[in-house]
Amino acid sequence: MPTLVFLEHHDRELQKDSLGVLGKAAELEGDVSALIAGSAVEGLAAQAGRFGAAKVFIAEDRALEAPLPQPRVDVAADLVRSHGFDTVLFGATVLTADVAAGLAARLDAGLNWDLVDLMQENGKLVGTRPALDDTVYVDVGWKGEPRLALIRTGTFEPVESGGEAEVERVDVQLEDFSTLATMLEQAHEESEGPSIEDADVIVAGGRGLGGPENFALVEELAKALGGAVAATRAVVDAGWYPYSTQVGQTGKTVSPRLYVAVGISGAIQHKVGMQGSNVIVAINKDPNAPIFEYADLGVVGDLHEIVPKLTELVNVKNAAHFPRD
Amino acid sequence: MKIAVCAKVVPEQARRIDPETKRLDRSGEPTLNPFDANAVEEALRLKGDDPGAEVVLVSLGPERSLDALRKALAMGADRVVLVSDEAAAGSDLVASSYALAQALEREQSELVLFGQQANDSDGAVMWAAVADRLRRPLISQVAELTVSGGTLRGKRQTEFGYDVIEAPLPAVVAVSDAINEPRYPSLKGIMGAKKKPQETVSLAALGVEEDRAGESGSRTEVYAVGDPPPRGETQKIEDDGSGAEKIVEFLLERKAL
Ligand SMILES: Cc1cc2nc3c(=O)[nH]c(=O)nc-3n(C[C@H](O)[C@H](O)[C@H](O)COP(=O)(O)OP(=O)(O)OC[C@H]3O[C@@H](n4cnc5c(N)ncnc54)[C@H](O)[C@@H]3O)c2cc1C
Ligand SMILES: Nc1ncnc2c1ncn2[C@@H]1O[C@H](COP(=O)(O)O)[C@@H](O)[C@H]1O
Repeated sequence: MPTLVFLEHHDRELQKDSLGVLGKAAELEGDVSALIAGSAVEGLAAQAGRFGAAKVFIAEDRALEAPLPQPRVDVAADLVRSHGFDTVLFGATVLTADVAAGLAARLDAGLNWDLVDLMQENGKLVGTRPALDDTVYVDVGWKGEPRLALIRTGTFEPVESGGEAEVERVDVQLEDFSTLATMLEQAHEESEGPSIEDADVIVAGGRGLGGPENFALVEELAKALGGAVAATRAVVDAGWYPYSTQVGQTGKTVSPRLYVAVGISGAIQHKVGMQGSNVIVAINKDPNAPIFEYADLGVVGDLHEIVPKLTELVNVKNAAHFPRD
Repeated sequence: MKIAVCAKVVPEQARRIDPETKRLDRSGEPTLNPFDANAVEEALRLKGDDPGAEVVLVSLGPERSLDALRKALAMGADRVVLVSDEAAAGSDLVASSYALAQALEREQSELVLFGQQANDSDGAVMWAAVADRLRRPLISQVAELTVSGGTLRGKRQTEFGYDVIEAPLPAVVAVSDAINEPRYPSLKGIMGAKKKPQETVSLAALGVEEDRAGESGSRTEVYAVGDPPPRGETQKIEDDGSGAEKIVEFLLERKAL
């Protein structure tokens, strides 16, 4: 099972999820290769070696400088064809999902996504994929080779093995259409705003709030509970709340003692950022909202009714505990 | 500008497994994948009042999908092309993207739009496979889109913040669910939808060979469906006016207050 792991990097560092997948591949296979594509990325090869890569392919080209998927499909496809890799693994991100799916089309190869485990069963590679809002776990496989897989965010921890990788530079050949999309502005982080990572209590608001003005409801509850305010991607993208407060796959990962989700549907990409919370309470008017699958307490109802009352009750409790005399 | 929107029809409540029978709850009606309504809305916005512009829905699915696709016609899309064929049942990403790409090649639109994800597969990957087959530039996860003079500009969020990406037409774009608020069809729209062209095409008509479709064209398989790992108890209550009190009681019980 010659395996290739695609390694994503940002700010001159290999990403943790990529290294975690590399470690898992090394555990399953032993002899694992990695691909690092970018411009001036050779320095990252040593780190890949320390985290399990026996061999690192370095693809450097100006067209690979920006983290865009299509030129990376060209590089990966050439490498898979020329070296006969039968398995290609990716830690799932916005970039790698597009690379993996493009590669699946290019090579007519099977892609299984959102895997939370990977194992060898009687010589067969089997992945575990949670489906239908994680209410079922499906064992999935591949017909033919190569086998492509995207591993869910935060699944495998990197393991430092202390190895050293052989490094090989690859010849970069790009398709004409692959370089048509260009990056004008890259990873511009809108970072002003409060930090939520260390908060003990988080009250998170979603699109169910109906508009930015209603975030006051969430802010008041957070204040009463002594916590911080967080948000979903939908409301951050809509400009209702700062990116620095976003929880989920493309935002922060948090694990407070208490997480209160207000008007949040509970998409998988949100869940991966907050499922480590100790107690989860959800308020949502849709009884079928996926958030109810994993909230410790779910209340089906209108947030406009429930949240102000809840804030008031908590304030009354606080006053009883800390009498102002 | 001619815009094709890839739209999938999904079962409304197929998001649940009945905990007793362990079967997929199929009681729900087929419905337009809600994330694709954002793509339809964006197409209608880009079309504006240009009489030369056209919005075509392209879908792969069973014949009965037409009813649900009519919702997009009622919103204002101009016509539907439904790729429907017994032989397409069980298609995975490789097979579906091939059939969709063949249908899109026939349309030759300047822009192909996708929704954020299909509600039943949650792949959020189809566009990248289709873009590769069409050999066109791709911008995915777009939360803000502008088009001027044959050039697209998309803003999208990644793990590291916001990117702004530009691409020339013809191109493929996948929009996020934050890009717009899909309109509700008007009564007039609903009445008019039935009369709009709704074409069903077979795989053969698109030149898709049998071994590239359905299960024989697919490269992934499912071995077993099982339970998720055990988790803590989850409790769901209806708010009858005492929801806030119940939350406080629960928090006190769990020593979370
Ligand atoms: C690659 C990728 C990465 C992503 N990364 C992230 C991420 O990091 N973080 C993230 O959050 N999302 C992420 N998403 C988006 C995610 O899939 C969802 O689209 C998003 O989380 C939805 O946000 P929401 O719950 O606020 O909105 P919605 O899904 O629109 O949910 C709003 C909820 O509010 C409820 N509601 C409405 N009115 C009321 C009321 N009056 N009272 C009570 N309830 C009400 C509704 O029933 C609904 O369930 C990502 C998606 C992709 C494809
Ligand atoms: N069978 C289909 N027919 C038409 N469009 C589809 C189909 N499957 C997926 N799509 C499109 O691809 C997007 C992403 O789907 P997925 O990658 O399956 O989550 C959807 O939002 C649709 O725009």
